[in-house]
Amino acid sequence: MADTAALDAAPIAASLPENRDDKALQRKIFVGLAVLLIVAPTVLYPVYLMKVLCFALFALAFNLLLGYGGLLSFGHAAYFGMASYLSAYSAKVLGLTPELAILTGTATAALLGLVFGALAIRRQGIYFSMITLALAQMAFFFALQAKFTGGEDGIQAVPRGALFGAFRLDDDRAMYALVAVVFFLGMLAIYRIIHSPFGQVLKAIRDNESRAISLGYRVNQYKLAVFVLSATLAGLAGSTKAIVFQLASLTDVHWSMSGEVVLMTLVGGMGTVFGPIVGALVIVSMETYLAQFGAWVTVIQGCVFVLCVLLFREGVVGLIARTLHKPL
Amino acid sequence: MGRDVILATQGLTMEFKGFRAVNNVALEVERGTIHALIGPNGAGKTTCFNLLTKFLQPTAGSIRYKDRDITGLKPADVARLGLVRSFQISAVFPHFTVMENVRIALQRRRHGDSFDFWRAEKCLRVLNAEALELVEAVGLSDFASTLAVELSYGRKRALEIATTLALDPEMLLLDEPMAGMGHEDVDRTAELIRRVSKARTILMVEHNLSVVASLSDRITVLARGQVLAEGDYATVSKDPRVVEAYIGAGHA
Repeated sequence: MADTAALDAAPIAASLPENRDDKALQRKIFVGLAVLLIVAPTVLYPVYLMKVLCFALFALAFNLLLGYGGLLSFGHAAYFGMASYLSAYSAKVLGLTPELAILTGTATAALLGLVFGALAIRRQGIYFSMITLALAQMAFFFALQAKFTGGEDGIQAVPRGALFGAFRLDDDRAMYALVAVVFFLGMLAIYRIIHSPFGQVLKAIRDNESRAISLGYRVNQYKLAVFVLSATLAGLAGSTKAIVFQLASLTDVHWSMSGEVVLMTLVGGMGTVFGPIVGALVIVSMETYLAQFGAWVTVIQGCVFVLCVLLFREGVVGLIARTLHKPL
Repeated sequence: MGRDVILATQGLTMEFKGFRAVNNVALEVERGTIHALIGPNGAGKTTCFNLLTKFLQPTAGSIRYKDRDITGLKPADVARLGLVRSFQISAVFPHFTVMENVRIALQRRRHGDSFDFWRAEKCLRVLNAEALELVEAVGLSDFASTLAVELSYGRKRALEIATTLALDPEMLLLDEPMAGMGHEDVDRTAELIRRVSKARTILMVEHNLSVVASLSDRITVLARGQVLAEGDYATVSKDPRVVEAYIGAGHA
């Protein structure tokens, strides 16, 4: 900048708060979550906890796309479900160890995300959402028709096997340890993506796409990249879930699963770091503890969603963040 | 001729379902000048801008920038060639601070495509000092850590200019930089444009004719999608067709 006049470049740089306090608070929450993850199985049923964690990771992955990429996918069940099938298949039929089965499922989701994403990002807004839904429905019918998925039965009795061929996962506590680690690493990865130079560009595109283009950013490449990242992490959640519950079924690829993850993200707080975890906790807990009400669970969930939209549109964590004036 | 033309169009035409918003426009912008595009409402000025920056694809005609045909390029790639636009409605990133708004532009210029999702954003701090210099250059130092959404209209425009300058563009296209501004803001922005024009070429659409008169080296008048007149302010303002277009269009 030759012509920016006389600059007494005063030490303004030093006086900028740089959001250090916010970061410190988020770091404390991470530590708190780690402690919770360790303590929780002594109090609560580990299988219930593992379900919450798998769905929380799924919702976090979805929120990366919706909350930070500004892209509403209505077909995330495809990545979650297909990963779950491939993970179950490799563990049961191919006899892979659980970590390799999970990796296979995750890689499948990444590949699927690349293909579906490349098609979907060509359109914007509602059209984007409809394309993701249509592609996910194709994945559903594939899962219904293909031989290896077991059709209506799904893939049942998937062996949990031994991690690295050494540590048996049959015990729920051992399994829980693996799920907790996968969840925590997945969450850290998403946090890093959001707070990276790449994440900064994503937020810029979400805020004002044409301005981002006019600054020379090729926005479609970023949309595709975040789509693939989100699909991959959703796949990680689905693959892990298949090993935990020893089952991959049509429920995982059904469109209602896509809807459920939207619900979790919105209830918890879209575009917040921790919201999807709270959302998953709320929704899974309702399904677990209200199971005695049968079909009424859906009605209750619907009411919770309506209340949430009417009373705190930014979700539980979004509301807390606004009250505290801090990003969470 | 000896004219050093940086941006030229030939037969530039944009047709929307039979309506020619821009019709056979030949425009030549000389390097290092401030060139204004004026005309009554609906004359096709903004459409013209969208064509030049490739936000719209012309139905006919060609655009040359620095002796290169850019008619088939994508908007992001035009920006990368140093031809950068502003928008009529202030285009800032509302949830970024003022400093971050400028920094995101610097990031593109200095770091290229940032696909590094595995790095911490701390690595962007090296750009802070330069971003703050630009923020200071447009008089927004006191607001460096304010969210852009909270700025007044005039300050948003100033921020937009700082962001555009962060790309160090060779040529700027300013779409109504003074629109909706109060008096002091207009003077301040005019001064800013004059200052940044020193090493650059500027093409601007502007309704404020006194600003146009004092800033521009050359003026092109558009009416109904066509070039009506061209020349310096004295020539153009005396042209009877121009006077008629303005008064006839009910601008009196």
